[in-house]
Amino acid sequence: MSESIAEIQEEIIDEFSMFDDWMQRYEYMISLGKSLPLIDQSYKTDDYLIKGCQSKVWVHASLDGDRLFFKADSDAIITKGIIAILIRVFSNQKPEDIIEAETSFIDEIGLKEHLSPTRANGLLSMIKQIKLYAIAFKTQLNQ
Amino acid sequence: MSLSSNDIARIRADFPILSRKVNGSDLVYLDNAATAQTPQVVIDSIVDYYSKYNANIHRGVHSLSQEATEAFELARKKVQQHFNIARPEEVIFTSGTTHSINAVASGYAKLLSAGDELIVSALEHHSNIVPWQMACEQSGAVLKVIPMDQSGALDMKAYEQLLSEKTKLVFCNHVSNALGVINPIEELIEKAHQVGAAVLIDGAQAAPHIKADLQALDVDFYTVSAHKFCGPTGIGMLYGKKERLDALPPYQGGGEMIATVSFENTTYADLPHKFEAGTPNIAGGIAFGVALDYMNSIGFDQIAAYEKELLILATTELSKIEGVQIYGASHQKTAVLSFNIQGIHPYDIGSILDQMGVAVRTGHHCAQPIMDFYEIPGTVRASFSFYNSKEEVHRFIEAVKKAKAMLS
Repeated sequence: MSESIAEIQEEIIDEFSMFDDWMQRYEYMISLGKSLPLIDQSYKTDDYLIKGCQSKVWVHASLDGDRLFFKADSDAIITKGIIAILIRVFSNQKPEDIIEAETSFIDEIGLKEHLSPTRANGLLSMIKQIKLYAIAFKTQLNQ
Repeated sequence: MSLSSNDIARIRADFPILSRKVNGSDLVYLDNAATAQTPQVVIDSIVDYYSKYNANIHRGVHSLSQEATEAFELARKKVQQHFNIARPEEVIFTSGTTHSINAVASGYAKLLSAGDELIVSALEHHSNIVPWQMACEQSGAVLKVIPMDQSGALDMKAYEQLLSEKTKLVFCNHVSNALGVINPIEELIEKAHQVGAAVLIDGAQAAPHIKADLQALDVDFYTVSAHKFCGPTGIGMLYGKKERLDALPPYQGGGEMIATVSFENTTYADLPHKFEAGTPNIAGGIAFGVALDYMNSIGFDQIAAYEKELLILATTELSKIEGVQIYGASHQKTAVLSFNIQGIHPYDIGSILDQMGVAVRTGHHCAQPIMDFYEIPGTVRASFSFYNSKEEVHRFIEAVKKAKAMLS
């Protein structure tokens, strides 16, 4: 039995609570960004691109059984770090759970500013896209 | 004469926002090309207006309306004097540069016909590109582009070749917002006039650093936004030579811009009111005048000399950091540094700098054609103002070094 979205979010909040300052937090994010498995080049096209004014994000989703798997990439490393966290939360989950999931944990780990619309880094749209994928695949599963 | 560190300390005390903290650190505000900070005298002038003489202008017979009208018109005279404009009615108050350009472009859309040509520089902000593309769509006129070179300088030979009797209008910024390069507008204007074309210069990025003499420049239109030089947002100027403005159809209809109205026919008011439909930003206009007074009390020669020192210091120190690439290495520049560090995305640098209280701009700076030219997603832009101290330049450099260390 894999962990639920809420359980993973709790884990992430616990991990981030161990950091004393912003530098440790960002260094962790940067290392996550670097370790994120790169998206297959064939998906790094405009079809999978979420355009942000500041950084670009590519997202690809696939269904395996009743679970959705996400792969994503960005041209900015901090954006990639946040993507790695979002994938950890949303990948290998059921579409209906993804649709209903809260994302307030982002505030709790001190990265709220990266999800502000003024940042225009594609992350806000990425979450929207993840949910849209979940809706689309849920419909597909129900058919 | 430049400004001493004592002068800077005194000046900084005029700006309440400069003493705040961001993410636990003292704010280092280096996003002045996006918007400049506001000194207390300007803030006070807005409070004063709403506290003591808020009234609609140009129509009331009562005392408050008269006081407000006088203050607003005094501001127009201050703007006129500052830019050495021949007549006060050639100063049109707008909401800012974007509004000013749109007013001219929408008027030209009606004056242009198919086959006419407009010339734009490759260094423009989107707000000096898109309104003209719209005017071209409506009129069938054609847009031509003056190319730039690696240093951010315009190719003036190519410009001469683009000019012809078909050219109706040339538009270019005085200073590039993305790179800080000062364009050779004197030459640009002179050459355009030789073929009978009008010239619009977007002065948004120049006005905080250069006191332009518009009669000496002989420019046809010049636009500025007050918030770029210590004024409030939502107010700016469209300057136009009287004969050019007279020939231009009005941009918006409404109150104040009319002489007589009947359902059969409306005649338009004289300048400047023809282009000032509706109640203007009265408090903003008054504060715009106060902002000019404030900057003139420091002196534009002093400001230019001091900002040059800041630019040289910042350029020298930034260039010492390995992997730094500065865009727009022209000698003719205002205090703007647009740069990248090899292998690092500008967004990442900007995010780390913000954590250290250093405010810079990252991205394409609403000038995508320039970014496409350099084949980069964007840059980090640090833009300095006369109220920035040399200590702040050093803090900025230290922050960039730290960001590089974290991100490499």
